[in-house]
Amino acid sequence: MSDATVALSIRSLGRIPGVAVMLALLLVIFSAVAPGFLSAANIANVLVQSTILMMLSLPMTLIIMTEGLDLSMGAVLTLTSLVVAIVSLATGSMLLGLAAAVLVGAAFGTVNGWLVAVLGIPPFVATLGTLGIAQGLSLIVSDGQSVVGIPRSVSEVYSATLAGVPMPIVLALLCYLVFHGLLYHTRFGTYVFALGGNREALKYAGRSPTRLLIAVYALGGATVGVAGLMMTARMNSGHPTAGLGLEFDAIAAVAVGGTSFERGNGWLPGTVLGVIAVGILRNGLNLMALPSSIQVASVGFLVIFALFVDGLRGRS
Amino acid sequence: MTDVTKPALASPRAFVSEDVIQVFYRLLAALVICVVLSLLSGSFLHLANILNVLRQASLMFFIASGLTLVVLTAGLDLSVGANVAISACLAGTVIHQTGSPTLGVLTGLVAGGVIGLLNGVMVTALRIPSFIATYGMLWVLNGLTYWYMAGGIVHGFPPGFRQIGSGYLFGLPTPVYLLGAFLAIGTIFAQRTVWGQQIYAIGANPVAARLSGIPVTRRLIMVYVVSGIMAGLASIIFLARLNSAEADIGESLTLPAIAAVLIGGTSLFGGVGTMFGTFVGALILTLVLNGMNLLQVNANWQPLVTGVIVVLAVWLDMKMRRRT
Repeated sequence: MSDATVALSIRSLGRIPGVAVMLALLLVIFSAVAPGFLSAANIANVLVQSTILMMLSLPMTLIIMTEGLDLSMGAVLTLTSLVVAIVSLATGSMLLGLAAAVLVGAAFGTVNGWLVAVLGIPPFVATLGTLGIAQGLSLIVSDGQSVVGIPRSVSEVYSATLAGVPMPIVLALLCYLVFHGLLYHTRFGTYVFALGGNREALKYAGRSPTRLLIAVYALGGATVGVAGLMMTARMNSGHPTAGLGLEFDAIAAVAVGGTSFERGNGWLPGTVLGVIAVGILRNGLNLMALPSSIQVASVGFLVIFALFVDGLRGRS
Repeated sequence: MTDVTKPALASPRAFVSEDVIQVFYRLLAALVICVVLSLLSGSFLHLANILNVLRQASLMFFIASGLTLVVLTAGLDLSVGANVAISACLAGTVIHQTGSPTLGVLTGLVAGGVIGLLNGVMVTALRIPSFIATYGMLWVLNGLTYWYMAGGIVHGFPPGFRQIGSGYLFGLPTPVYLLGAFLAIGTIFAQRTVWGQQIYAIGANPVAARLSGIPVTRRLIMVYVVSGIMAGLASIIFLARLNSAEADIGESLTLPAIAAVLIGGTSLFGGVGTMFGTFVGALILTLVLNGMNLLQVNANWQPLVTGVIVVLAVWLDMKMRRRT
C-alpha cells in the first residue's frame, strides 16, 4: 500500500508542471496586461468567485475518472439554486432550502448514474438528456421568472466570514477536504480509481461497478445541491438560466488540472489549480474590459488545448 | 458495455433489412402520434399545420442528417447548433454588405464546412474524444458569435433569397423539396457508395476498418466536414425563414437534432442507422413539439420533453437491438 502511495505521489509530482506552468503563465500575463490584477483584493475576489466552480469541479473529477461525464451539472445547479430560493422563501429557513436542494441534486445524480450504469447509456448522452430535463424543470418551477425576496439567512451564507476568512472559501475548503479524504483515504476512493482504470479488478474484489457508479454520480448531484445554495446566496435570488453552461468551466478545470479523459487517472489537487486557472482567466479578461463572450471562447480554447496535451501524454 | 449493439457485419443485405424493420416501427409510431393529435386537437389536420410540421421537420433534418453520419462513426457533434448560429450571422452580414445572396449562401456553407474541418482535425489528428472536442468548439463558437454580433441583429433580406426558407413551390414549402433532395442524396451516399459503406465499417469496428485498408482518418474528417456543411445549409434556410439572425438562434437546435438522430434508430455505438430513420426521427420529434403547441402546453416544457425523449429513444433502441 505504501509503495503504491509513493508511486502515486511521484506520478502526481510529474504532473504538477503542466497545471503549475499554465497558472504561472496566466499570472504573469495578466499582471502585465490587466490593470489591478495583482491587488490583494482582486486575488481574494478570484478565489471567492471560484468557490461555486470548485464545488462542481471536485465531483466532476471523480465522474471523469470513471470515464464518465456529467453535462447536466450546470442545469442541475440552476435547478437546485431555484429550489433553495423557492423553499427558503416559502419556509423562511435556509437549512430546509439546502436540504431540498441537496435532495433534488442527489436525485438527478442518481438518475444519471442509473442511466449510465444500469441502462448502459453513454454518459455524455444520458446527461445531455437530463440537462434538458433539469433546464425544463427550472423554467417550469420558476415560470421563467427570477425568484426574489428570499430570506437574509440565505445571502449571509455568501457574505459572512469565519475568523476573517470569507464563508465561501471556508465551505469550498471543507468540500475539498471531504473529497480528498474520500478519494485518497477510503476504500470508496480506491474503487473510484478502479472504475476508470480497471473494472475487472473491481469484479474480482466482489464489488458491483453499478452501485459504485450510481454512488459517484449521486455524490456529484448532492454536491451540486450545496453549490446551488451558494449560487442563490451570491445572487440573492434564483434565476432560471443562472448556472447554465457552468459544467463546461468545470470540465475545463478538470482537464487543465491533469485528469485524463481516457485512462481513469485523476488528480484532485490538480483540479483545484485548474479551477483557479479558469477563475484567473475569466477575471483577467474581465479586467481587460473584454466582453464575457471572449471569456467563454477562451475557456473553450483552454479545454481543447488541455485535451490536446492530455492526448500527447497518452501517446508517449 | 460496448458489446451490446454491434451486429455482425456478415452481409450488408441482412443489415439493411433489419434497418427496414426498425424504420417501419418508427413510421408506425409517427402515425399513432398523428392519429392521437388529430383526435385531441381540431387544428392538427389543417393543411397549414401539416405544411408547418413538414417545414419544421425539414429544418431539423438538415442538421440531423450530417449528424447522422457522425454518429454512424460512433462520434458525436455537439457544435451543430452553435455552428448554425455563427454561419447564419456571417452569411446574413455578407448579404447585407454585398447585396449578393449567392455570396451569403457560399459564406454560410464555407463557414460551416471550416468548422466541421476543425472538428475533424481535433478528433483525428489531436485524438480528442469527439463529444468533448465538439463541446469545446460549441463554447468557442458561442463566444465568437456573441462577440461578433455584440447584441445586434442582422435582418431584412431580399425577397428572392427569402423564398428558400419561407416560399412555396406547387403548394409545398420550398424546404420540403430540399428535404426530399437531401434525403435521396444522403440515402444513396450512405447505402450505395463505397465511402458510405466505409463510414458504416468505421463505426462498427474502427480497428478492422483500418486493417482492411479504409483511410479512417480521411473518412472521419470528411464526416465532420459534411456535418458542418449541413449545419451551414441549415443556417441559410433559417436565415431565409426568419429574415433575421442573432447570436442565440442556435441554442435550442442541438438537443433536438441529436434527439432526431437517436429516435431515428442510429446507434450511438456506431455502424447502425439510416438517413431515412433520421428523417422519421425528425418527423416524430416535430410532431410531438407541434402537438404540445396545439394543445397549448407552455413552451417551458419543451426542453424537458426533448430530454426525456432522448433518454427514452436511446434506451428503447438498445433494448430492441439487444433482443434481436
